[in-house]
Amino acid sequence: MAAKSIKIRAKFKDGVTTVKALLTHQMESGFRKDSKTGGMIPAHYIQEVVCEVGGKVLMNAHWSGGVSKNPYISFKFDGGEGEQLKLTWTDNKGESDSADAAIG
Amino acid sequence: MNNLRRLIIKGSMAAGTLGVAVSAGLLMPTTVLASWPAKAFGAKDMTEGLATLLGSNDMAESADIKIKAPDIAENGAVVPITVTATMAGVESITIAAPNNPAPLVASFDLLEGAHGYASTRIKMGKSGDVIAVVKAGGKLYTAKKGVKVTIGGCGG
Repeated sequence: MAAKSIKIRAKFKDGVTTVKALLTHQMESGFRKDSKTGGMIPAHYIQEVVCEVGGKVLMNAHWSGGVSKNPYISFKFDGGEGEQLKLTWTDNKGESDSADAAIG
Repeated sequence: MNNLRRLIIKGSMAAGTLGVAVSAGLLMPTTVLASWPAKAFGAKDMTEGLATLLGSNDMAESADIKIKAPDIAENGAVVPITVTATMAGVESITIAAPNNPAPLVASFDLLEGAHGYASTRIKMGKSGDVIAVVKAGGKLYTAKKGVKVTIGGCGG
């Protein structure tokens, strides 16, 4: 996958870190028909998103093709001030990308 | 946990490509351990999918779960959903749309002090309910919200 498929922001406020991320991915569900050929467009979507802080897995999301194109994801956790956050996605074709962000 | 292990072993045998990717060191061990539950997400029936994923269909309706979603979604391809669960010890949040061809949409495992909060955008083929299932303290809780879709997001 092309570089920079992840845009990520992590903000620390009042003891809680809020992470917001935008991923660039077509998220093809496999249920759509190609209007030109009449065949089905093969599925191609992110299956797993993992977020780690300080080497510990904090959030682990499993998705189907029912998540929108160019997915948005947001979640919150306790602490995390000044730490590094790592977000990784993997799709059903085995492609993956990851991005680091400083929490601040 | 053991169920999950079984599933992973089965899955890795079936999906030879995954095995290749692992041996080539393309995937990190963490992603391999938390293998994608293909059976649950492939289920055509929501209750079946949820039972496969969460191990049970025994869930109670709860007022502690709040689903934020539009009453009317103009574009079914992008329906913003935010689930907030205020009960203690939330382990996972699962979002499902029963009218979709694959009803199970997303599941978030929350660990290490993560809050009972997950937000994303989903596709909805037809008007219907959005179901949130929250696992907290080993029990399942659920809530739903109706969303009217004017243009479907799954068909072509």
